[in-house]
Formats: sequence, C-alpha cells, structure tokens
Amino acid sequence: MMEQLLTDSLNTAPITGMVILSLIVVMINALKKEPLATEYWVSLVGIVINIGLAVWVFPERGTAFSGSVMTGGYASVTAIIFLTAAALTIMLARVYIDKIGANFGEFFHLILFVTTGMMSFAAGLDLLVTFVGLELMSIPLYVLAGITRRNLKATEAALKYFLLGAFSTGFFVYGIGLIYGMTGTTKILDIAQNINAYSSEPLFMVGAGLMLVGFAFKVGAVPFHMWVPDVYEGSPTMVSAFMSTGVKAAAFSALLLVFTATFDFMHSSINTVVAVLSVASMVIGNIVALSQKNFKRMLAYSSIAHAGYMLIGITAGGGVSIAGVLFYLVAYMLTNLGAFGIASFIENSDQTGTDIDDFRGLYQRHPALAVILGVFMFSLIGLPPFAGFFGKYYIFVAAIENGYTWLTIVGVITSMISVYYYLRVVVVMFFQPEGEQVQTARFGREGAFALAVAAAGVLLIGVFPSVVLDWVSALF
Amino acid sequence: MSSELIVFLILAAVGVLSGILMITRPNPVNSALFLILNFMALAGLYITLHAQFVAIIQILVYAGAIMVLVLFVIMLLNLEDEEPLREQMSKRHYGSLLVALLALVLIVQVIGWNSGGTLETMREQSPHALRIGTVEHIGSVLFTEHVYPFELTSILLLAAIVGAIVMAKKRFP
Repeated sequence: MMEQLLTDSLNTAPITGMVILSLIVVMINALKKEPLATEYWVSLVGIVINIGLAVWVFPERGTAFSGSVMTGGYASVTAIIFLTAAALTIMLARVYIDKIGANFGEFFHLILFVTTGMMSFAAGLDLLVTFVGLELMSIPLYVLAGITRRNLKATEAALKYFLLGAFSTGFFVYGIGLIYGMTGTTKILDIAQNINAYSSEPLFMVGAGLMLVGFAFKVGAVPFHMWVPDVYEGSPTMVSAFMSTGVKAAAFSALLLVFTATFDFMHSSINTVVAVLSVASMVIGNIVALSQKNFKRMLAYSSIAHAGYMLIGITAGGGVSIAGVLFYLVAYMLTNLGAFGIASFIENSDQTGTDIDDFRGLYQRHPALAVILGVFMFSLIGLPPFAGFFGKYYIFVAAIENGYTWLTIVGVITSMISVYYYLRVVVVMFFQPEGEQVQTARFGREGAFALAVAAAGVLLIGVFPSVVLDWVSALF
Repeated sequence: MSSELIVFLILAAVGVLSGILMITRPNPVNSALFLILNFMALAGLYITLHAQFVAIIQILVYAGAIMVLVLFVIMLLNLEDEEPLREQMSKRHYGSLLVALLALVLIVQVIGWNSGGTLETMREQSPHALRIGTVEHIGSVLFTEHVYPFELTSILLLAAIVGAIVMAKKRFP
C-alpha cells in the first residue's frame, strides 16, 4: 500500500514536486518580511527542477493513484508547457510587480498554485480530479487578477472573472454530476470503454454539453467570451499574460484529453457544437479586434480568435489534431507571453499606458523591443518562418484530412483579416513619431532574458518545428 | 410495531413540525432555530438509513457552519421583528405555486414507486450496500481510491485561504 503510493507519487513527480514547491514558498513567505529575492529564486529554480522531473517521467506512461491521474507522455508534455509559461511569467513580472506596487511573495506562490492546478486539470483521468484541478487553477487566479486592490479596473476585472468563473464552474460540475448519474463512475477511462452505448443517452450528452460550456468559458470561445476583454484589460498585464497562455493551454489540454483522446466525440452532435463555437470565435474575435485601441484589449480579442483556430483541431479529432493543437499551444504560449511582456515593460505604474498609440516611436527608443514585438506580431498572424505559421499549418492539415475543409477556409479568411490589426501595431512602432509623453521601458535583466528566450523559441520552432513536433506526436 | 418504525415516526413528526413552524414564525431568528431542529431530525433519519457519515456531516456542516452564517446574515441585516407575514399575491407567487405543484407531483410519484426494498431485503440482497454510508467505508475509500483528489482538495483549500487573506488583509504600501 505505502509502496504503491510512493511509486505513484514518483510517477506523478512534476505535480507532487509543484505541490511541495508551493508549500515551501508559502512557508518562506510566511516566515520572513525581507525583499522578495528568495521567493523569486526558489520559485524559479523549483520550476526548472520540475521541468526536469517532467522530462524524467516522460517514458512512464500509464496511470497513477488507482487510475485517477495520468503519468508520463501527455501529462509530461502538458506539464512542461505550463511550467515554462509559469517560469517566463515570473521572470517577466519580476520588475513589473514592483512597478505596479504588487511586490508580494503571494504573487509567486499563487502562480505556483495555479500551475499545480493546471497540471492536475490537464492530467486528470477522474472527473473529480479534473474538477478540483480546474478550481485550484481558477481560485488563485481570481486573486491574482485583483492583486492591486487599489486599482479600480483591476478590482472590476477580478470581480467579473470571479462571478462568471464561478458560474461557469457550476455548469461544469452539473455536467459531471449528470455523467456520474448516468454511468455510475467518475473514472474517464471506465466511461470511455462504453462510450458508444452512452453516446445515445440524452442524459449523458447533456452532461457532456454542460462540461463543454465550462471548457468553452475557460478557453474564452464565443459565446462564452464576454469576460475576456474586460478581464485581460483590467488585470495586471503579466497576470493577463499568464491567463491567456497558461489557462488557455490547460483548458485546451484537458479538453483534448477528455473529449478528443478518450471520449472520442468525433462523430457525435458534440462535434457540430464545437465547430459552431470555433467559427463564431474566429469570426467575432478577429472582426472585433479590428476596432480596438488598447493593446491588451486587442490581444484579448485576438486570444478569442486563436481559441477558435484551436477548436478547429478539437473538431477534427484524431492523433494529428492532438499534436497540432499542442504545437499551437506551445507557439501561442511563447508568442503571447512575449507580447504581453513588452506591454508590461512600457506600462505606467498606475497600469495605464497600454494603448496602441503608446507604442508610437518605440523603435526610436528601444529598437530591440520593437523588433522582437514585430516578430511576435508576425507569429500571431501566422507568417513563416515564425512559430505561429506551423501552429496554424498543422491544425489546418488535420482539419482537411478529416474532411473539415470548410472550417479551414473560414480559418484562412479570418487570419487574413487579422493581418490588419497585428500589422497596425508594427506600423505604429516603426513609422509613427513619438508622442509627447514618452515612457521608458523598465524590465531588468530577468525580463530581458525571458523575452530573449520567448523570441528565440518562436524563431527556433518556426524554423525547426520538429523540435516540438517530435514531443507532441504519438502521445496516445 | 418495530422499534425502527417508532424511531422513524418520532423523527418524521419532529421534522415535519419543525418545518411548518419554521415557515410560519414571524421572527427570523426563531425560524432559523426551527430550521436547526429540522436538520437534527433529518440527521436522525439518515442514521436509521445506515448513512452515519451523511448524518454527521449534516450536523457539522448544515446545523453547524451554515446556520451560523444564516444567523450572522440575519444579524447583519438587522431585521425588525414582528414583520407582517401577509403579502399580496403577485406574479412571482404564481411561479412559486407552480414549483410547489411540481414538487408535489414528484413526491407522489416517489411514494407511489415502490421498489419493494426494505432494509431487511437490502441486507439480504447486497451486504455491501449497507456499508457504503459508514464512516469506516468512506474513510477507506477516501484514502485509497480517491486519495489524489482528496489531497488536491486540501491544497485547493490552502490556496483559497492564502488568496482570501491577500484580498482582505494585505497591507498595501
């Protein structure tokens, strides 16, 4: 019994490691009042160690804790994505949280808690674990969104995110309840064995639909996107960055695991619903983004659009799509963290100054930042040789192979619309003169390093996609 | 008349009576106290159904924690006692009437639906079923089959506590 628990804990080493790390950082934070260098370094080193652990357990494919959580393979790959996002967020936010007056140790361990939740959410093979992981991911984020309590916009964002998030979790749990009532178990693999019989039961399909609502809320797909712009604009920029990359990645990973890899809803009515969500997200996200004046708000609508592209992969189903969506998540994570990071560098201390006009003349002041932001914008459009291109490419290929050419056409057309608003940022940065109020970017060595990592990653996997593709292929 | 039936009748009578008293008291604090009595009677019923764990949780969570919250809210709202109970019939009340009717249909349906199962037949058919509600069984399942979600929940609670303190108590520079 004890030995079994020990083996299971070792096989889920990245998650166990993150739990221990969060507890250590909580204790450090509780016991001392000095500046935050310790919390920062312990969190960062701990996350890097956990990435190592995730690589180490990669071959141990299977389940642990009597089938309630997945080990190795898919769980490792998703864990590496979330841990990288967390590490980059912490590094980019190091100077930023000082600037906005949120330089608390809690910032770090709340991020660690969120990451633990994401890993459980994405690796949960028991609907209970999926649910508790979802909550562990969301609750600290509600706090992080409003961590600058004196700032009205941040408080508004936190309250909106909390109320709507709690509401959507209600749908999610109700769905789990109905599925449990129908099948008598919460173990996803047990349910998957009889999925064909259950798929004809209305009760089960209603349950799956309600779970889909919960997922769609977390990924920010239309029509469950109403919170996204306000929350991303109001929250501290690096928190928005973590939300738009980590949370989206976690929700998509869990959606892939439950709906695509195990339940395999490829030929059921759920698939039609996902296709509709996808088209609506692509069209509305891209068109509304055209008229945005605030950079963070524009990225919020762009993130809705990107959720739409990834939902194409979910609709198409199959192994190629799973690899495609995971690849997209990696590309999107690096690109978006970098873009939000640069916005956080030039932001004012009262969390204003992220309008697109505030980027005027960035090239004269900080040529390197302008060039790197240009790279990220091109990657978001999906131009080669940047990571975003191969993300879209693999998803579209999977869709065409599975007979969803029409979805691909919508995807390509809406991508073309998106060129306008991404390129506008580039034009403003390079060709418009500086405004009267010049903001000097503050980022420090850690921020510069993280930004360089993100930019290098975008270029590297854009030129050599196999670096990532080898990891994410053939996971199931 | 078996002792089981006598206990059931007493508990059921207390439950129904306290329920009626709860919705008819003009003073909200009295209502809340009768609600606690109702919870107690229900907990007794759970014990007769061999669901010890649910009974204990009923007392701890509902009669304990949630009722404290209810009383706290009543105190904060500072309601004037002796509020007139009578109200005009409005559209909203027709809605409640409809819900009440639906509940009645459900109750009649459940009473009419006789599975023929009593505790005795249950004991014969599946000896395992009677153990499910016991503290022992829930404890062992919690620490073997569901140990992962159980431990994860404790981390979730810690994160929520930290978060609540950051939101409410953190001193801002």
